[in-house]
Amino acid sequence: MEFANLNLSLVAPEITLLVLTSAILLIDLFVKDEGRALTHILSLLTLVVLTWMSLSDLASGVQGTAFDGMYVADSLAHVLKVFSYIAVGVALIYGKGYAKDRGMLRGGELYVLSLLALLGQMVMISAGNMLTIYLGLELMSLSFYALVALRREHTVSTEAAMKYFVLGALASGLLLYGMSMIYGATGTLNLAGIARATSGATDNHMILVFGLVFLVAGLAFKLGVVPFHMWVPDVYQGAPTAVTLLLGGAPKLAAFAIVLRLLVDGLFGLAADWQPMLAIMAVLSLAIGNLAAIMQSNIKRMLAYSTISHMGFVLLGLMSGVVEGSAFNAQNAYTSAMFYVVVYVLTTLSSFGVLMLLSRSGFECENVDDLKGLNRRNPWFAGVMLVQMFSLAGIPPTVGFYAKLAVLQSLIQTNHVALAVVAVLFSLIGAFYYLRVVKVVYFDDPVDQAPLQGSAGFRTVLSVNGVLLLVLGVFPAPLVALCAQAISSSLAL
Amino acid sequence: MASDMAQTSFPWLSLAIFTPIVFGILVLAVGRVSNPTVARVLALIGAIAGLLVTLPLYTGFDATTAQMQFVEKATWIAEYGVSYSLGVDGISLWFVLLTAFITIIVVLAGWEVITSRVAQYMGAFLILSGLMIGVFAALDGLLFYVFFEATLIPMYIIIGVWGGPNRVYAAFKFFLYTLLGSLLTLVAFIYLWHSAGGTFDILAWHKLPLGQTEQILIFLAFLMAFAVKVPMWPVHTWLPDAHVEAPTGGSVVLAAIMLKLGAYGFLRLSLPIVPDAAHSLSGMMIGLSLIAVIYIGLVALVQDDMKKLVAYSSVAHMGFVTLGFFIFNKAGVEGAIVQMISHGFVSGAMFFCIGVLYDRVHSRRIADYGGVVNTMPKFATFFVLFSMANSGLPATSGFVGEFFVIMGSVEYNFWIGLLAATALILGAAYSLWMVKRVVFGDITHQHVRELTDVNAREFLILGVMAIAVLYMGVYPAPFTDVMHVSVDALLKHVAISKL
Repeated sequence: MEFANLNLSLVAPEITLLVLTSAILLIDLFVKDEGRALTHILSLLTLVVLTWMSLSDLASGVQGTAFDGMYVADSLAHVLKVFSYIAVGVALIYGKGYAKDRGMLRGGELYVLSLLALLGQMVMISAGNMLTIYLGLELMSLSFYALVALRREHTVSTEAAMKYFVLGALASGLLLYGMSMIYGATGTLNLAGIARATSGATDNHMILVFGLVFLVAGLAFKLGVVPFHMWVPDVYQGAPTAVTLLLGGAPKLAAFAIVLRLLVDGLFGLAADWQPMLAIMAVLSLAIGNLAAIMQSNIKRMLAYSTISHMGFVLLGLMSGVVEGSAFNAQNAYTSAMFYVVVYVLTTLSSFGVLMLLSRSGFECENVDDLKGLNRRNPWFAGVMLVQMFSLAGIPPTVGFYAKLAVLQSLIQTNHVALAVVAVLFSLIGAFYYLRVVKVVYFDDPVDQAPLQGSAGFRTVLSVNGVLLLVLGVFPAPLVALCAQAISSSLAL
Repeated sequence: MASDMAQTSFPWLSLAIFTPIVFGILVLAVGRVSNPTVARVLALIGAIAGLLVTLPLYTGFDATTAQMQFVEKATWIAEYGVSYSLGVDGISLWFVLLTAFITIIVVLAGWEVITSRVAQYMGAFLILSGLMIGVFAALDGLLFYVFFEATLIPMYIIIGVWGGPNRVYAAFKFFLYTLLGSLLTLVAFIYLWHSAGGTFDILAWHKLPLGQTEQILIFLAFLMAFAVKVPMWPVHTWLPDAHVEAPTGGSVVLAAIMLKLGAYGFLRLSLPIVPDAAHSLSGMMIGLSLIAVIYIGLVALVQDDMKKLVAYSSVAHMGFVTLGFFIFNKAGVEGAIVQMISHGFVSGAMFFCIGVLYDRVHSRRIADYGGVVNTMPKFATFFVLFSMANSGLPATSGFVGEFFVIMGSVEYNFWIGLLAATALILGAAYSLWMVKRVVFGDITHQHVRELTDVNAREFLILGVMAIAVLYMGVYPAPFTDVMHVSVDALLKHVAISKL
């Protein structure tokens, strides 16, 4: 490997994050404050620095590979990273008071682990090699196993962490096994090399498909789609809400990125094989996610099932870029999936934000009924909740509608009209449980009269988050264009 | 349909849409529980301003052309070829005005009746008003869909928060029923967008050639949305529930405007985009319409709840509207449009009358009344007038539309005309029988004896509605003159096969 091929400047955001995280880890040793205010501020500053770096990379159109193709920098990576920073930053702001009340800030682990998980996500997003993917994935997953278990004395959290760890390790194993098969058949770990090796007819088709199945299973686990979804409801429910929020936000962006890099950049030659797999998982996710969500009385669990169904939509977007094994309208298809993921993350952030706003010391807001009469207690945040729920249900004029529209138009353009009809019918079922939340918020009388907690900063960010869902619903064009630009730069490489 | 559209300099239509919405947001922002009067006054100002900005649409309207007027067009989502495109023709013009007018009535109707969360109530209605005007003015398929769907949110809240005892059930049923229909329409819209080469322009869709199977499927997808909204038999069952549980203002808007969104969808989308399917399925549509007219008329006859009775009579009247559309002649279509406008006034007034009684007695059961004329003579006069209009008495607005539609049906097929004409008998039967039991007769209940007649606010509303109903009945020309050319152009377009 030539030193000149290292291209270290491309990896600047990751290096910066690692250095700053280590610094925060050290500084935190000397923080005596129970609220970890300094650690909090330093973590947010780190994210601001990173956002500035990635935005300037995006603006100047930085593109290229580092470490001999193991690391890819393109607009897709820059955009997804910016949204990851935002997701982590917002999650930290929302979670501060919540974590403090629950004794999760006795050490600074919440911040350091979140930043390390973010580093893992960034590595995944920029991965150009199967080993890089695995490295990033493990860094992220290990940080999250610890984060879920952060409330050591809390039985449910510990149980959730245990489940997450065991199943997560299994999924990593599956992924690694799949990678080894692909490596065996192609002789390279580099995605670009794999793409070259699998583009034409090959004698190793059997081995490749064998590897692909394991690969897809591992990815499906990380995305949380049926039939690899079992961990999602338990972990979402069991984890402290602040961690659930971290888990439900940025990792989805990273998972989307590795699916795109592995299946599209690496294994497009096997598109005819993975397309039906994605389609089947998508339909199952829509069905089971939406049907199971109806029965939940715990809102975190309900949102977990709703996540499963939303990931089904993302898969539909991803698989629609292939017609009879070759790329058709690929740009449009991946743009729609990416737009969907970004919108989903923005919406999820604000819905868990409201749950944390309603929680306080000694009271956990986690049942749908805990939201009763929110409109009488605080009309503004009831309105925010209303917008989120309609956005998740995909009702205009919220941004969630355009996300659904993007995926549906992509499906119809590639003649998957039947899948589009199935998708809308399941969103109708989905609308029911979102409406139920709105019903509880607006139609019912409050049982709990305690004033809402939350610092001014938290409230401001949450309000901006909620209003954004509506503003993007009226002016979705810039976000769509951003996603389209990111995808086109990635496909051009 | 005319191809090129006259550009306009001032965005009156945007103003008509966004004036109520902005005022609605303002009302939500300044409204406090401690001072509901501020919200009421501001809402009234907003509603009046909303009507005033629609007046230039009428005065500046050129009735000699079928082209879209007051056109506005701007790119909205370039990636998907969506534009913010507005315009009105002779078909949609009156609905814009009607919506703005009814909004004032609704604000006044809830003036002192609504006491909890006044700002949210008024805000929801104003925003709803802007969204509904948006549906009538949209010339872009996606814009139409966004407005069409967005109306569900305020209405869901209105029924659920200020509704009757069974409001939650009614609100869910309303929302999910309508959503089911419109989601399939969304798929059809995207299909059309794809076939038209990436444009959501409704006027371009009008000219898009489509095969017979495609047309039938698109027609059925549209039918899912519009039939639920109209509502046509057998997907009408949400309406009585929604009406019974909704607060008076909600019922008025629902009957006067929201049902018209579906009927308008047939005119703007189903007929011109898939004319061949419309022709080949017209038998089914006429059949369903006649069932609505006759069967639902009979159902209305046996109701013991006044709101339910008027709700069923709405279904029957809307059956007339869809009947008029699918006989494809000028008398039928114009009659149907006139019927839509007239039904907006009459059903709105009927629901308001029932609201007046309900506010005093807190019952909608017919059996709880009787002899109201003795204690509320002014009210009784109006109630009898509107009931007459509801049954289609000549010289009221109800007569004009029904007469035209029956004329058109006879022209199309005598027996269909004959069956449609039974509606006049049934309408008279259920309306007048209700009047007899509620207004006339001896006073049998103590609470009726203690009733007070309408106050100045109620008198004003009823008076304005009465003038509208009578004016339209005696001299319908201002309403029909603007639509002749547009209806002619529509019928000419529908007569040409796309195959």
